[in-house]
Amino acid sequence: MKLFQDLLRDYKFAWGFSVLCLLVIFASLSFFSPYDPTLWGVVPRDMQPSAEHWLGTDSNGQDVFWMASFAVRNSLTIAIIAGVVSRIIAVIVGMVAGYKGGMTDRVLMFFSDSLLVIPLFLIIVMLAMLIRDSMNLVTLGLLLACFGWAWDARLIRSQILSLRERDFTQTAVLSGTGTLRLVLNEYMPYATPLIFSTLINNMAWAIGLEITLAILGLIDLSIPTLGTMLYWAISYQAILLGRWWWLLTPVILSVLLFVALYWLSVSISEYLDPRTRIQRVGVS
Amino acid sequence: MEKLLEVEGLTKVFSSGSLLSRVRITAVDNISFHIAPAEIFALAGESGCGKTTTARIIMGFEHPTAGTIIHSGKKEAKNEKVWFLEGIQAIFQDPFGTFNPLRTVDRYFFETVTNYKLAKNRSDAVALIDRKLRSVGLSFEEFAGKYPSEFSGGQLQRISIARALLTDPKLLIADEPVSMVDASLRMSIVNLFKQLKEETGVSVLYITHDLATAYYMSDRIAIMFRGDIVEMGTVEEVLMKPRHPYTQLLRESIPEADPSRRWSGEIRLSDTEQDEYLKQGCRFAGRCPLVMDICRQAPPPDYYVEGVLVKCYKYSENSDGAPVPAV
Amino acid sequence: MNNTILKTEALQAFYVLDLYGKSKVVKAVNDVDLAIQEDEIYGIAGESGCGKSTLLKTLAAATEPPLRVVSGRVCYRIDGVDVDVATLSPEAKRKLRLEYIAYVPQGSMSVLNPVAKIKETYRDFVESHVGGQSKVDAFDLARRHIIELGLPPKVLDAYPHQLSGGMRQRVTIALATLLSPRIIIGDEPTTALDVVVQRGVVQLLKDVQRNLRNTIILVTHDMGVHANIADRIGIMYAGKIVEQAPTDKIFGEPAHPYTQYLINSLPKFGDKSTRESVPGSPPSLANLPSGCPFHPRCPHVMEVCKQQMPGFTQLAPTHKVACWLFGEGENGKTA
Repeated sequence: MKLFQDLLRDYKFAWGFSVLCLLVIFASLSFFSPYDPTLWGVVPRDMQPSAEHWLGTDSNGQDVFWMASFAVRNSLTIAIIAGVVSRIIAVIVGMVAGYKGGMTDRVLMFFSDSLLVIPLFLIIVMLAMLIRDSMNLVTLGLLLACFGWAWDARLIRSQILSLRERDFTQTAVLSGTGTLRLVLNEYMPYATPLIFSTLINNMAWAIGLEITLAILGLIDLSIPTLGTMLYWAISYQAILLGRWWWLLTPVILSVLLFVALYWLSVSISEYLDPRTRIQRVGVS
Repeated sequence: MEKLLEVEGLTKVFSSGSLLSRVRITAVDNISFHIAPAEIFALAGESGCGKTTTARIIMGFEHPTAGTIIHSGKKEAKNEKVWFLEGIQAIFQDPFGTFNPLRTVDRYFFETVTNYKLAKNRSDAVALIDRKLRSVGLSFEEFAGKYPSEFSGGQLQRISIARALLTDPKLLIADEPVSMVDASLRMSIVNLFKQLKEETGVSVLYITHDLATAYYMSDRIAIMFRGDIVEMGTVEEVLMKPRHPYTQLLRESIPEADPSRRWSGEIRLSDTEQDEYLKQGCRFAGRCPLVMDICRQAPPPDYYVEGVLVKCYKYSENSDGAPVPAV
Repeated sequence: MNNTILKTEALQAFYVLDLYGKSKVVKAVNDVDLAIQEDEIYGIAGESGCGKSTLLKTLAAATEPPLRVVSGRVCYRIDGVDVDVATLSPEAKRKLRLEYIAYVPQGSMSVLNPVAKIKETYRDFVESHVGGQSKVDAFDLARRHIIELGLPPKVLDAYPHQLSGGMRQRVTIALATLLSPRIIIGDEPTTALDVVVQRGVVQLLKDVQRNLRNTIILVTHDMGVHANIADRIGIMYAGKIVEQAPTDKIFGEPAHPYTQYLINSLPKFGDKSTRESVPGSPPSLANLPSGCPFHPRCPHVMEVCKQQMPGFTQLAPTHKVACWLFGEGENGKTA
């Protein structure tokens, strides 16, 4: 809890955290939505924001407010699946490659480097087209996860490589500590800030990519996400027809989400930086 | 004589550079020595002479290119945790690097106790840790729950020694254990090694560049130069009557804390280190004041003069036994 | 005739740190009075964390936050006039630092440009200080200087990484002495070097001093190096100079209990008798003990030591010590 209090003292964290909290509350409102988001025409179409429909309604006959709360929920779900799964891959690959070294390292880094140099976006678009029929929240999250770990695995590997040469690694080995425990006990404290800050960055990346894929019409457009909301708004030419509420809602929500995630990532990585942590240990 | 550790023909070659222009550096070149029980053996030399590489091979952190290491008569099997079986523990140079700055120091002690199954329960473990800490002049209360940054360098080095002693090792490998300890505390660490040797019979492989402390605390010494042992014997013989020209140079170059005995005369220094590693013949030939033609052609074999091993052609006449040809 | 080239008066330099709302004052230099003469090698001895590097920074007028000179002053004597460095403009300080006072650090890699040949570093240095020199002149000057100092001229065509650590350090010293500075400040210039190389570096420093007849202030924790090179030695403990005397006096008749421990704990060849080191640990400069900072470790501690810092007592015209064992400290105060 002390950690949380310390973090809240940083205005970047406080702002990012509050905005993210509001968005999460907004997303969880979707559980109480009076409308089914998959149906069309549940409300009158193209209504301006009013007391009854706070953010108006769209051309599909959906209430924009409730639609947006589903969209934020689904986009966050995709981002969390993609972020967490790719973190697990990145940590395992990075730590094994960094600690084992030699042939293992070369093989694993060959894979991650290949992922880094191929034009990722095209591959994702092609794969998304191939599995379009079975594309739901989970498969989209996993698809993004498969491509989002390579750079971070490299970061973790280089961190481990430098830690492996430090004397305390040898102290731990001489203390009889096994490889797995050694990596978890000795190296995790150093890798944690990387994992957290890259998790948040990766979530932002996943949300961005989801929006892109949706605008290209490459995911199941009946699932409300920030991307599909934008897709429908654009394809119904909401801006031309003056239905600004329909387009502006997902745009503002996306921007808020990105900024909140960015602030959190900056603040957490600053706080967890081992150098400032050692100083704090010294002071307290 | 009983031998605790025997090193035979140990060689380690590092290669560096790109695929096309590979440079092979022989960091340790076919060295042999042994350590007896309850003995402090110093491996001394300048930086880059291969002394740390030798220690890392003995600890099992590095695999030798050639040669064998025999612990109490048993050959080292590859990838085996030798320190686990034979009781080798180590103390490092930088006391602040020895422990992870993000973890409390006592965790290493409890991990050692758990991993080596040294105690049945926590109170036994605390008693054992406290006993070892007291043998280095500390106690459990003043160290539990603290981070490395809360100790001084001297205290951390004592803690490091106490941790190494937990398993009751037969051999301690100490790689420059006092070079980063404050001057006013240095001798207390050195004295600690002497005291431990006398009280518990532990042997110490003392790796250092500091011949003065090596003289003070060790029984025997080996002088390494560019991967080779050039002189080996008791500290009295080697340091008080240095025979190899390199040992003589080293011995003269030590700044003695006596203003009436200042250095005089010029010395020759090598410009780059790599050249000397790649030299044919005796690697010291380029700087040796007594250099002969033969020195540049083939590395000198081991000569024994009054029980001291000297690798120098100067002693080819008055060697005690038949010279052992260098391979 | 006043030969003092550099003096400090009641110099106090503290680090003021602010870490997560907790402020911390590190008293690195605490009331130091120095009077360093022309044509001498003055050694400052002390262990790590005693403030000796900070003292050098203030002497070289290179204080930067969080380090602050809290009180006292540093004076140079330039052409017969005392100059307080605190009154100088940054531009004047810069000029002074490079031409009047030279600095030789511990690691030489940070001074030499790793991607330029040594002669290019020399040329840049000559151009920025002498000015108006042509490229050929600059190289020529560098070559002559290198030969004069007995270094092989081929080092000029090498990159720093191609030289051994000792050769790099000697090249750094050569570079620092190119403009014949009146004061050379060396911060552990031989630490981390092998003994043979260390001897070469110490010899070079001695030669330079003999030729230029200037002042060298040498900081090192290695008493052996001090014995070999210094004319006078100041022993520093916890931010204060506790004893100052000519080198043979320091080694022959050390007066302060701390100096005695330092000298007596040094191992000697041919003598294996037990050496005792100072009990206890050095104090933290952020949390100094009351009175004399050495009193918690001192075997002769008295009640007055815990209350008050002693002043200097003059044991001989050139030998002074700050310890209650030797009297009240009628000559200058340090408290």
